[in-house]
Formats: sequence, structure tokens, C-alpha cells
Amino acid sequence: MIRDITLGQYYPGDSLIHKLDPRVKIIATLLFIIELFIVDNFIGFAICGAVLAAVIIVSKVPLSFIMRGLKPILFILFFTFALNIFMVKGEVIWSWGILHITKEGVRIAVFMAIRLVLLIIGSSMLTLATKPLSLTDGIERLLSPLARFGFPSHEIAMMMTIALRFIPTLLEETDKIMKAQQARGADFETGGLMKRAKALIPVLVPLFVSAFRIAQDLAMAMEARCYRGGDGRTRMHEMKLKKRDFIAFALEAIFLAIVIIEARMF
Amino acid sequence: MSIKVTKLNHIYDKGMPTEQAALVDISFEVNDGEIVGIIGHTGSGKSTLLQHLNGLLKATSGSIEIGGVDITQPGVSMVDIRKKVGLVFQYPEYQLFEVSVAKDVAYGPKNLGLTEEEIDERVREAISLVGLDYDKVADRSPFELSGGQKRAVAIAGVVAMKPEVLILDEPTAGLDPKTHKDVLGMIKEVHERTGNITILVSHNMGDIAEMADKVIVIDSGKLVTMGTPQEVFSKGELLKSVGLDLPPITEFCNEIGINDTVLSLDEAVGKIVDLIKE
Repeated sequence: MIRDITLGQYYPGDSLIHKLDPRVKIIATLLFIIELFIVDNFIGFAICGAVLAAVIIVSKVPLSFIMRGLKPILFILFFTFALNIFMVKGEVIWSWGILHITKEGVRIAVFMAIRLVLLIIGSSMLTLATKPLSLTDGIERLLSPLARFGFPSHEIAMMMTIALRFIPTLLEETDKIMKAQQARGADFETGGLMKRAKALIPVLVPLFVSAFRIAQDLAMAMEARCYRGGDGRTRMHEMKLKKRDFIAFALEAIFLAIVIIEARMF
Repeated sequence: MSIKVTKLNHIYDKGMPTEQAALVDISFEVNDGEIVGIIGHTGSGKSTLLQHLNGLLKATSGSIEIGGVDITQPGVSMVDIRKKVGLVFQYPEYQLFEVSVAKDVAYGPKNLGLTEEEIDERVREAISLVGLDYDKVADRSPFELSGGQKRAVAIAGVVAMKPEVLILDEPTAGLDPKTHKDVLGMIKEVHERTGNITILVSHNMGDIAEMADKVIVIDSGKLVTMGTPQEVFSKGELLKSVGLDLPPITEFCNEIGINDTVLSLDEAVGKIVDLIKE
């Protein structure tokens, strides 16, 4: 059940997309998100969709795996769709009681839905095809110019690495504690909202205690290995941009140009 | 009360590429009042088996009859099963959550829907049964107790539900030798006082040899052998082939040429004295 969450999960592989420098992938993903908001017609979305499809095919991540990550956001998707379709004012094409659907509403709702789906798939491609560790390395390097102004880029990257590392551990821990309390007669499945929320206390308290214990152990282990922050720290894998990274970057630039021109033209 | 497991199978992630058989055709019976030891190396399927016995996991196929009721059938009330079968997980002290020891122990009985007086009575009984002094610990936070006491409280939390079957998954893991002994003594005490069925998983062959009436050996989800400690620990070769060992004292006696399966220190002393006399 809890194990099914794919958002932020890594899909092991050695495709071209996997091998790209994480910095290139992060910037490309950010640009992709910006492009999604520049685009406002079907041709534009078709271009974005095609590019995303190409990336998925090259990455060899199975489509079914990606789609599973969409499930948790289905609710948000329907919610925004419903809000847009009923709330936008304009030329009414259908109405029932106080509910009106307008032509503009349909347009905005459909576009927003497509935008959201592409956004989620696009950004999950980044985490699916990049090892969490190289992802945080990439973020650290991209943020490092800010270190000059006192921005703790290394610390932030380290916190993210640790957080990512402990997601599966904490899920496992939650599963174990839930089972243990179920064995003592806990009931998480029936009753009203208040009763269910209350039923979670016996899970949350031990989970917090565990989280603190794990954090303390880890801090101790890091200190025992002389961790002292980012200053002067060398790395095992130096990031170096290769030819394929420049090519990917050039492609992304062309893609951005096309999207901007297309949006201007129509 | 008796337990009868027949052809129990469990497959994780059925129909997925990661499909894996965790239990294969497990069959055994436990009679009333027995202590059963389950041994097997890490990942052999012991914990999976235990979780089936109180309905936390659903069998892929096979049946589990507890006191004549097949709990794998749909419509069996989980509350009823958990009333009958108490399960103490590994490191049970990590599930403590209440503000006081008494309240934590009361959590299980409360879930059973007992009256206040009954709950209070059971809490007192359970706490003293696991060797703690009710008046001293009842109002203290479970988080400020020592490791061994925490474990005792956690076990009391399950004992207070008065299960007819008490299952313990490695109850002595990570304890110092003295607390280790205390916990085993406490399990024995609970067993004798309540006359329950006790099922015990352990990596410590010595404990199993000392405690169990019946030993079940599991390897990669299959039942390898079963019998009295005498029978099972006479098969040293077989145990070694599945990554297990003999109790140290049995091994020692084998080494010095005593061919009987010796299971306890006292027994060994007797045999060695005999050997010297000869």
C-alpha cells in the first residue's frame, strides 16, 4: 500500500537520459516547466508532449511505471479541472441550476489538465532517470555560486540526500508499527474522520521516536567519520560536462526557441 | 485450543515481475499448552509465517485453523482472531506510545472493548506477570525505563489481552545476557500461569533447546524438519545445510564424543561425569 508511491522514485537503468549530467537534467526540467506555461494552444502542447515522449522512449522507463506516479494526483487533477470548467466566466454553452460551463472555461480547464499531467510526468522523469545522490550533487553545484552570499548550498543538498535516503526506511518503519498496533487490536480502517485520526496516534508517536533515534544514530556515525560540512570537501565523482551534455543542452535551447516562436505566431 | 496449519502458501507481489514465494506448502499442528520454537536463518519466512497466524497477512492458499475456526475464510472477524492470538513483534519496545506504562499496557484490552475494572485488573496482572512492580512503574513514562523494562512493558501489552496463543518474534534480540535470561524466564512464567500456546522465534538455538516442546525448522519458505528438540538437534548436518547451528552445549558434547543429543548444561555435566568415571 504505502510502498506504491512512485513520485520521487528512481528507476535504475543506463540509458542516455540516465547518463546525462544531473545539472543539465535539472535545468532542462526547469525550462520544460517554464515552456509549459508559455504554451497556450494545442500545437504547442503537442510539441511539448512529443518532446516528453521522446525523452521517455530514450530513457527506457516503462510507461506503466510512470503512470503509477500519476495516481496520487488524480484527485488534484479532477479538482482543478472542475474548478476551471465551472468558475471561468464567458460564453455559456451549458448550464444546470447554478452551474455554468463556458467556452473559455472548457478551454482553460483542458489546457490546465494537460499542463498538469505534462508537468508531473516531466518532473518525475528527472527523478526516475537520475540517481537521488547525483540529483542532490547537481543541485548543490547549481546552487554553489550562491554560497558566496552565505547561502548554505552544501548543507541543503546534504539534508535533501538524507531525506531521500530515509524515505524507504521510514515507510518500512511505519508498516512495522502499524502491524504491531494492529496485533494489539488497533483499527485503522473503520469509523469517522476523528476516530481514524485518533487511531493514528499509536503509530505516529513511535514513528517520531524512531525518526529521532535514527537521526541521532546517523549524526553520530557521520561525526565518527569526521564529517564537518562542505568546506574543502572533495568528491568521489567529479561532475564534468561531456559532449552529450552539450548536445542535450543545444536541443533543449532549440526546443525553447520553437515553443516561444510558436506561442508568438498563434 | 489447538492450531492446525495446512498447505499454507504465501506469494509476495503475485502477478508482478518481483513475485516471490515466501511460504511453500507449510503444514504443522500445535497442541494445547505447547511451546513451539521456530528456527530458520534471516529471510527464511519465519516472520511471514507468524503474521499469518493472527491474520495480519492473508494466505495465498491453504488453511489455518485456530481452535477449530479456519481464519483464512472470508467473514472471520479479525478482532476475534487477535483476541485469541497475541503477537509480539521484534523489538516491541519501539511500539510504546502512551504517557504512562499502565496506559500503554491498557491499549490492547481497551481495543477489545472491556470495562474499566476489567482493564485495570488485566493491566495489574500483566505488569506483575512480566516481573515488574505495578506500583513503581505504572505511572512512569515508558520512554524513561531501561531497555529490558521497556521490552517487558511491550510484552505485557500483549499479555494483557490474555491471548490463548502468544507468539513472540525474537523476544530476546539485542538484550544483554541478564535481561535475556529474565525475558525467557518471564515467557516461561506467563506460559505456566496462563497455560497458553507459546510460539517462539529465535536465532538462539540454546534458548529453543531449553524452552520448546516442539521445534519447526524453516528454510526459504519451506518446512525442512519438525519434531522434539531431541529429534531436531540430532540432525546437525541438516541444520548446518540450511545455515543454522546446534546449541553450543550439544555441539560441544558431540565434539568430545558423547553421541546422545545433549540439550542442557545439567545434562551435559551428568554425561561428562559419566565419561570421566569410565
